[in-house]
Amino acid sequence: MEPFNRSELLITAIARLLEGCRHVIVGAASPIPGAAALLVRARTDGALRVNVLGSQRHNSFTNGGVETFDLAAQGRVDAFFLGGGQIDGEANINLVGTGEYPAGDVRWPGSFGSAYLYFLVPRVILFREEHTRRVFVPKVDFVSAPGSSPPNVYRPGGPWKLVTGLGVFAFDRARKRFAVESVHPGHTVEEILDNTGFTLDIPEQVPMTPAPDPSTLTLLRGRIRSEIAETYPRFAAQLAA
Amino acid sequence: MIARLAAAIPDGATVALAQDSVGVAMAVTRELVRRGVRDLDLVGVPISGMQADVLIGAGCVRSIETSAVTLGEFGTAPRFAAALKAGTIRVLDSTCPAIHAALQAGQKGLPFMPLRGLIGTDLVRHRPDWKVIDNPFGADDPIVLLPAIRPDFGLFHAPLADRHGNVWIGRQRDLLTIAHASQRSLVTVEAMTDDDLMGDESRAAGVIPAIYVTHVALAPGGAKPLKFVGHYARDEAAVGRYAAMARTESGFREWLDQWLQADTVTA
Repeated sequence: MEPFNRSELLITAIARLLEGCRHVIVGAASPIPGAAALLVRARTDGALRVNVLGSQRHNSFTNGGVETFDLAAQGRVDAFFLGGGQIDGEANINLVGTGEYPAGDVRWPGSFGSAYLYFLVPRVILFREEHTRRVFVPKVDFVSAPGSSPPNVYRPGGPWKLVTGLGVFAFDRARKRFAVESVHPGHTVEEILDNTGFTLDIPEQVPMTPAPDPSTLTLLRGRIRSEIAETYPRFAAQLAA
Repeated sequence: MIARLAAAIPDGATVALAQDSVGVAMAVTRELVRRGVRDLDLVGVPISGMQADVLIGAGCVRSIETSAVTLGEFGTAPRFAAALKAGTIRVLDSTCPAIHAALQAGQKGLPFMPLRGLIGTDLVRHRPDWKVIDNPFGADDPIVLLPAIRPDFGLFHAPLADRHGNVWIGRQRDLLTIAHASQRSLVTVEAMTDDDLMGDESRAAGVIPAIYVTHVALAPGGAKPLKFVGHYARDEAAVGRYAAMARTESGFREWLDQWLQADTVTA
């Protein structure tokens, strides 16, 4: 097998989750999800529409920042990516900080569009490369966006999958629980359990996250790398290394 | 000219700021810090970055309403984080569409705007100015109302202006919303043209008409070291250096001294 790095594996894993989507928006600080969306766009010959926020070339919006949110509210966005400084077992996410708000212990940038898009986009894919108990906590210190809502709250969207540096996970909205879907090559279920601060479901057979095939690697190292470089030059430079 | 434009903003003003790459008026920001403006209430539309961080670090800010303050790939804005910890500024944490919607209420002269999402977040818990009501057209359908944002000033950088005060922004429509919602708009531009920007129908839809624009000043490179779409990339070395130095108060002061000594127009 051709050698690949972790970014390439994660991009490939996320790309698999976007199959069947018609329109994906990629938000702030999301180079790996951005590369994954551009990869699927390239493979589907443009059938998947992709808008990368912060990009000029890979963004077809003409109505400013509101366009993302207006499209999402109308059901015209199939997938979006969110992360979190903390994520808990009920898929609540925290992008604000730790400790007592607002002075806190650590302050992160802020909630961005999460408090809205988490409610409205059907397939929200949580992505956080660092898989540690620091990130995957029993309960978040601040709810930027809740993983679930009472039945009377308008909520066509929500958490669907979680991708980390260790594996891919599915979120069951009814049970408010994550389950391991696959573990990345070189890692184990035990490692996931050791590094997760909440309980989650583990099937009897946990498959390995598939490695990127040679044609995917060629596409990533050529066209996709140059497409993502417009928005994320530092990330693209590190991909080349 | 840039100093005169900056002089229009008094202490205690509410100022709406464009987000990185859309048109951040960094050259004006330097003049504001030079002048020692105080007690600004900033609105990040819908987020802010180095601009807000510098103003906060320099002691110019009383509060900030924003969805994030970030240096992008360089992480959390360090002076913003330090000021929150020290309790020297007030933050009104928001979410991007809430900032947009509240500005849209401002531009329409409406008292508030409803918005989906938000219910059950700690944002709502810490925003007593946001109200949850039951949708009067539905049944058992809670929805959040946001009070209008009507800034005293919109402050941003744009590609081009004409002699009549019309400003061309292309598809950076957030700048139009800022201009519509703000009582006065102060704009620096990369270039001036002798053409009438409203005279070309194919370009007119990307123009902020002069009626919304209070002052225009020529400032080539006026968004540097930040990115300005279609003109220049972010100066990664300069922003990286800022991110590193601003981690400490003394480092930030050293950076600020050097920045204030540099030429007004960062061409």
